[in-house]
Amino acid sequence: MSKGGVRPADYPPPFAPSEAIAAPTDPASERIEVGVLIVGAGPAGLACAIRLGQLLEESPETAERLGEVPVAVVEKGKAPGSHLLSGAVIKPRAIRRLFGDRIGMSDVPSYGPVHGEAVYLLSSGGRGMRIPPPPTMRNHGNDVVSVSQLGRFLAEQAEAAGAAVLPETDAQKLLVADGRVHGIRTGDKGLGRDGRPLGVYERGSDIAARVTVLAEGTQGHLTGAAIDRFGLQGDQPQIWALGVKEVWKVPRPLRHIVHTMGWPLRKRAKYGEFGGSFIYPMGDDMLSLGFVAGLEYSDVEFSVHDVLQELKTHRLIAKILRDGERIAWGAKTITEGGYHSLPRRFHAPGLLLAGEGAGLVNVPTLKGIHYAIESGIMAAEAAFRSVQRGESPSRFGVFDSYDEELRSSYVVKDLHQVRNMRQAFDKGFFVGGALASTMTVTKGKLPPFDLRTEANSERTLIRTGRAKRYPTPDGKLTFDKLSSVFLSGNRTRDDQPDHIRIRHTVPRLVADAWVNMCPAQVYEVGPDAGDGLVHVDVNPSNCVQCGAISAKGGRLTPPEGGSGPEYTLT
Amino acid sequence: MLSKAASLGGEVAGVIVGSGVESLAPEAGKYGAATVYVADDRRLEAPLPQPRVDAIAQLVEEKEIETVLFAQSILAADVASALAARLEAGLNWQLTDISSDGGDVTGKQSALGDSVVVDVGWRSTPRIGLFRAGAFDPTEQAAAGSVETFEPQLREHSLAAEMVEQAHAEESGPSIEDANVIVAGGRGLGAPEKFALVEGLAKALGGAVAATRAVVDAGWYPYSAQVGQTGKSVSPTLYIACGISGAIQHKVGMQSSKTIVAINKDPNAPIFEFADLGVVGDLHSIVPKLTELVRARRA
Amino acid sequence: MKIAVCVKEVPDATAPKRIDAGTKRLDRSGEGALNAFDANAVEEALRLKDATGEGEVVVVSMGPERALNSLRKALAMGADRALLVADAAAAGSDLVATSLTLAKALEREQPDLVLFGQQSSDSDGAVLWAAVAERLGRPVISQVAELTLDGSSLTGKRQTEFGYDVIRAPLPAVVAVADSINEPRYPSLKGIMGAKSKPQETLSLADLGVDPESAGEQGSKTEVRSLNDPPPRGDTRKIEDDGSAAEQIVEFLAEKRLI
Repeated sequence: MSKGGVRPADYPPPFAPSEAIAAPTDPASERIEVGVLIVGAGPAGLACAIRLGQLLEESPETAERLGEVPVAVVEKGKAPGSHLLSGAVIKPRAIRRLFGDRIGMSDVPSYGPVHGEAVYLLSSGGRGMRIPPPPTMRNHGNDVVSVSQLGRFLAEQAEAAGAAVLPETDAQKLLVADGRVHGIRTGDKGLGRDGRPLGVYERGSDIAARVTVLAEGTQGHLTGAAIDRFGLQGDQPQIWALGVKEVWKVPRPLRHIVHTMGWPLRKRAKYGEFGGSFIYPMGDDMLSLGFVAGLEYSDVEFSVHDVLQELKTHRLIAKILRDGERIAWGAKTITEGGYHSLPRRFHAPGLLLAGEGAGLVNVPTLKGIHYAIESGIMAAEAAFRSVQRGESPSRFGVFDSYDEELRSSYVVKDLHQVRNMRQAFDKGFFVGGALASTMTVTKGKLPPFDLRTEANSERTLIRTGRAKRYPTPDGKLTFDKLSSVFLSGNRTRDDQPDHIRIRHTVPRLVADAWVNMCPAQVYEVGPDAGDGLVHVDVNPSNCVQCGAISAKGGRLTPPEGGSGPEYTLT
Repeated sequence: MLSKAASLGGEVAGVIVGSGVESLAPEAGKYGAATVYVADDRRLEAPLPQPRVDAIAQLVEEKEIETVLFAQSILAADVASALAARLEAGLNWQLTDISSDGGDVTGKQSALGDSVVVDVGWRSTPRIGLFRAGAFDPTEQAAAGSVETFEPQLREHSLAAEMVEQAHAEESGPSIEDANVIVAGGRGLGAPEKFALVEGLAKALGGAVAATRAVVDAGWYPYSAQVGQTGKSVSPTLYIACGISGAIQHKVGMQSSKTIVAINKDPNAPIFEFADLGVVGDLHSIVPKLTELVRARRA
Repeated sequence: MKIAVCVKEVPDATAPKRIDAGTKRLDRSGEGALNAFDANAVEEALRLKDATGEGEVVVVSMGPERALNSLRKALAMGADRALLVADAAAAGSDLVATSLTLAKALEREQPDLVLFGQQSSDSDGAVLWAAVAERLGRPVISQVAELTLDGSSLTGKRQTEFGYDVIRAPLPAVVAVADSINEPRYPSLKGIMGAKSKPQETLSLADLGVDPESAGEQGSKTEVRSLNDPPPRGDTRKIEDDGSAAEQIVEFLAEKRLI
């Protein structure tokens, strides 16, 4: 405990990253052999698969070296897109680069270009003031998309390019031997809650690959293990925000994108509440509405899910949603550390890290999808080159070129420019805002010092009675967590092992922090355990795998393949 | 079924097919059958579908019957379906009502988990309709009920299946899927032992016991009893929910129950929004009393 | 021994099921999945094949071209071959038309045993197998919770409202399995990856010798006339227990003739 305060970091989960590392065990006859294995069917992983397909088509001899299944993508969700969630407004440039003139931009699913934007600073009592969009938030020339739909589309393209896409397949362990990565081990299926095999039981398999690309997105399970195992930690700890979003069917089209700041968040530094909302039109009859807040907030009663419900009661927002119907819901963490938290190296022997899992997200501009695609393309090219040259993946420096390319590309350069912006808001809204403006205007040259990042779980917890202000769900404009979980399409099999690692006996403050943090009502305060401690009960089948618990003192591990949400519109 | 058919006008006949069934004929007359066709044959004794198809198809062709209506049962569903193929006749199922307008007949079909009611028709005769159990109440309307027996000509393939051992009623009570009455327990029970209250009421009503995901997760009751999105979907005639809040995950598994009674001490529980009778109170005192009253009434 | 399993691709259960107001047919434009109940039938076929150590399991379906995706799931589980009747003229087929087309496809295969799942999640129908058996002129047993093969005949334990019947029938026969018969296996990764290279055949109505006038909407004898909202549930009554709640409940149940 620090300074007499309670922090989630003081109650670490019974989990060590090394648990996700293992040596290969399957005999050659049982294991699955592929050429390049990509973990995660998100924009980064699929862009990697598509680019590889293009390169291999032009170079059949290299393709032969990769065997019968040159490229395979494993995805833990029910289908590609099931676990993808974002705003999203994307810059088309990376998609253009990925496909060249092979397909037209009109074939890519999109809800059209951004027609204009409005940024509001809200205050209580239904008040709000329109402010000019900060320079980092200008979206002219960008498109509104659903990243879930984009994922489905990219998966079809990846299959057309020759990749084997394997959904409902979770990557439980990273196979490491002789100092290099050999592939992954998939999880078992058909285990009961007690961990014993049920009637139908399918053991997991080793998937052996020449090159493994981890594109797991936020809170990547194997990415965390790899960073630990190969000493790839960056300068500062990684931090996250939690985004909760809803898709609404609306009778009146929204004509421009909206961002809000301020209410219902509190401005003083001690609350650590940084974030805001976004509303993006999706065609003429739908829109996407989400709230994002950094997980370093200190109030145990802060709940992003309920803050979103509260936001909707503001007259400016309620007006937009009037007579509408909520048709989808989801939640996911966003990697926020930026430049300072990037891994020291984006590779290890036999391994490449791409996309958000590698920290490549630009929070001040709320962009990450095109970085993911760009890094996926570069990873594909690096993997292809090494196979083409017949280089052994264990050889030192084989993937150095990947790092070089990535760091000299606009991806990392952008991140460098905004490198202190997020951390500035630790100082509260006004100081942070001033710092942020300075950074923008000087393109990152000022201030001359680098701000330190505090890990989310190290924040001391406080209680303020915030929960009293959340609206009682009315089932029309505002909703409760269980209704939300239902709309995520989550119908996870109940009788399977608990995939969430937490200490089950913690101080009441920590338990309440988890209960309120979780948008899916996974945690509940159980019976008293004496000494100011309580038991924490877990409902793992509610989990939509947002990853928030991993940032706040616990650890999310992948459940049985196919579990979790089935997003289609997020 | 007979009463409803009789209310539509036209000639109504009842058909009884089986073995040792002649005595049932007068009953059919009581509920509206002008004629009762009876095929009484030893080969029709076992409740197998195919011989019945032969018998009924023969009758339909001989008597130029235009419409054949069945009440849902596992046997009837098989008979109706095969009959449709035999006669190249249209079959509409899951019907809850039927009406006739001039010579045209329209059925009301409940589809997509009762979320939509479809008006369905037949483009030709004969027409075959399969109605939900309990769709109509029997009303006595005395009709002639004159009995006409006929000899069914049975085909070879229809006689190929043979009954080795016929079912006898289960002692353990109906399964959740088949039960007409279900009593379900949720967190509000407070402890696993309290399921005894639910079981007592279920037994008194001759129904089955169900449970919510929360209590199954907690190990209070087996997964086979779980009703809800990730459990079973049921649509009994009566569903009594004890200590259940009514979260949507549970609701989607039982919302098409004909009558829902909910007992919960939280007046704001979402279940009260869709229960036909909501009782705000302590189930620990209400349920035992209710069980006693039901037992007394049925005795 | 050849076992044919009739399967269907249905709209994935998460997507809210909708009837298209224009075509008055089920909107199948979203994600498709193998009908859950058919997975039981596929599993039973695979178990029978595993038990005898030889044989062929063919999955047969009728639907649009992309229904092949769902057939692949059956192949991934272990089925040997997939046969899809994909013909625009077959769209909108009712029971009479569907059973005719399926029967023709099955006649072409001449299986020893035809298996169906208990019902399809998109039509609450639960009636197709009896019509197909009638057209094939074969004995049919439905709601089978336990199936045993014995040389040239089979024995099925049939689940009825009254308990279990035990019925025997000679092969070739048609059986519809209850979902309680087994727990479908998870396809192994090798199975999933190998599914694509297993034989998959697409046939048109002409290939089967089915007259287009006997199929699809044209060949159907039933029609959908209009769609309506279901009748509202009726007023909800809410009472507070003043000590007489149990009596009031009994009164209510008696009113509704439920006791």
